[in-house]
Amino acid sequence: MTSAGETRAAIGQPLVVLDHVDKWFGQLHVLRDINLTVNRGEVVVVIGPSGSGKSTLCRAINRLETIDKGTISLDGQPLPQEGKELARLRAEVGMVFQSFNLFAHKTILENVTLGPIKVRKQKQADAERRAKELLDRVGVAHQAAKYPAQLSGGQQQRVAIARALAMEPKVMLFDEPTSALDPEMIAEVLDVMVELAEGGMTMIVVTHEMGFAREAANRVVFMADGQVVEENDPETFFTRPQSDRAKDFLGKILKH
Amino acid sequence: MDPVLDNLDLYWSGFLRSLGICLWGLVGSLALGTLIAAFRVSPIPSLRWFGTAWVTVIRNCPLTVVLFFFAFGFPELGINRSYYVFGVSALIVYTSPFVCEALRSGINAVSAGQAEAARAIGLTFTQSLGQVVLPQAFRTSIPPLGSVLIAMFKNAAVVGAFGVGQDLFSVGKGLANAQGYDALPVLTGVAVFYLLITLPAGAILALLERKVAIVR
Repeated sequence: MTSAGETRAAIGQPLVVLDHVDKWFGQLHVLRDINLTVNRGEVVVVIGPSGSGKSTLCRAINRLETIDKGTISLDGQPLPQEGKELARLRAEVGMVFQSFNLFAHKTILENVTLGPIKVRKQKQADAERRAKELLDRVGVAHQAAKYPAQLSGGQQQRVAIARALAMEPKVMLFDEPTSALDPEMIAEVLDVMVELAEGGMTMIVVTHEMGFAREAANRVVFMADGQVVEENDPETFFTRPQSDRAKDFLGKILKH
Repeated sequence: MDPVLDNLDLYWSGFLRSLGICLWGLVGSLALGTLIAAFRVSPIPSLRWFGTAWVTVIRNCPLTVVLFFFAFGFPELGINRSYYVFGVSALIVYTSPFVCEALRSGINAVSAGQAEAARAIGLTFTQSLGQVVLPQAFRTSIPPLGSVLIAMFKNAAVVGAFGVGQDLFSVGKGLANAQGYDALPVLTGVAVFYLLITLPAGAILALLERKVAIVR
């Protein structure tokens, strides 16, 4: 990765900034006064019980969810409201979904080249060459001509990561990327994510994979009831959680 | 004296004329119906409103009323075209809401995640509709779209009756009325030639459905 060195060099600069963000789903206050800064090259893992708002937070960063109050900015620019400006911003933010969401009617290769060709206006040959490199990197190069439904979940999710990387995003969002996978497939996806993190990619990862958080995260953000309850480095968070809510949560998930 | 075999050339030219109306109708109603469907799922409220109004008004009007509107209403507004153009236009307009709604059922069947993933890589609304949502929606909509299109092919006969001339229906009418042939064999001939349009259409649709099926 050519950008890794530059990204590493720029570590510490705020890249994603959420400032007093609030969101309601009807009566439900899903995000409560969220303040969060993610710096360039940083890997932030967001954990918390289901319904805590962590997925909504993740989706709000590329405006798949709108927010009702506060601001979110990327690289110093506030998120645009709609239209072409917003599309341009989303091209800078890679997103990996729980349910993969590969384009069902396109081949694996086409899935990865669609954005570069349509959004970045790359030549098809260039986009395909780059796509093959990325597919090779995530270990599914030999599946390039197949359709998503012909691949296993783990393979589909690795393609989804390659699809996001093809846009050369400034930051990658992972919304529970391993929650829909069988145990043996989780590892293959996490391996790719760890490699990305080591390469200096800025990542915001909503996950229940505590092993990944310990291994790859710079910081753990613990959310409950729409609030950021606790933020710390992984070691401190897992061994000496400060809040009762975090102690309770960790007690439940680490018991088994 | 066989009314059909003796007039095969007339039937054939009528068939070609009717086929022409059907093909214009096919292309036009698919294009217009797709546009209206895009309006109905658009993020812009005024476009959505227009799409809904279009479907509500036109879907609930009889075809003959739409035809008369074109043929007699438009000239009063100073718009003059041949009956053929008016007839085909009316058929396209009349069929478009049905195409729109069949297509919208397909759009609704495409999982929300597909559109989200399209937006997440930076595609605009139009791009994600054109590249990701509609190609899948079309494939899912083939059965209802097929019914709509075959109904339209048959409605082409109404357009013929309305005075486009030289189509299958007019040929049948001419033979039975002006030339005094028995109506039953004449109309059977007309029906057979219509089947030459609708049966292959149905077969092509069935083939298309198998060819382009998407595994989800």
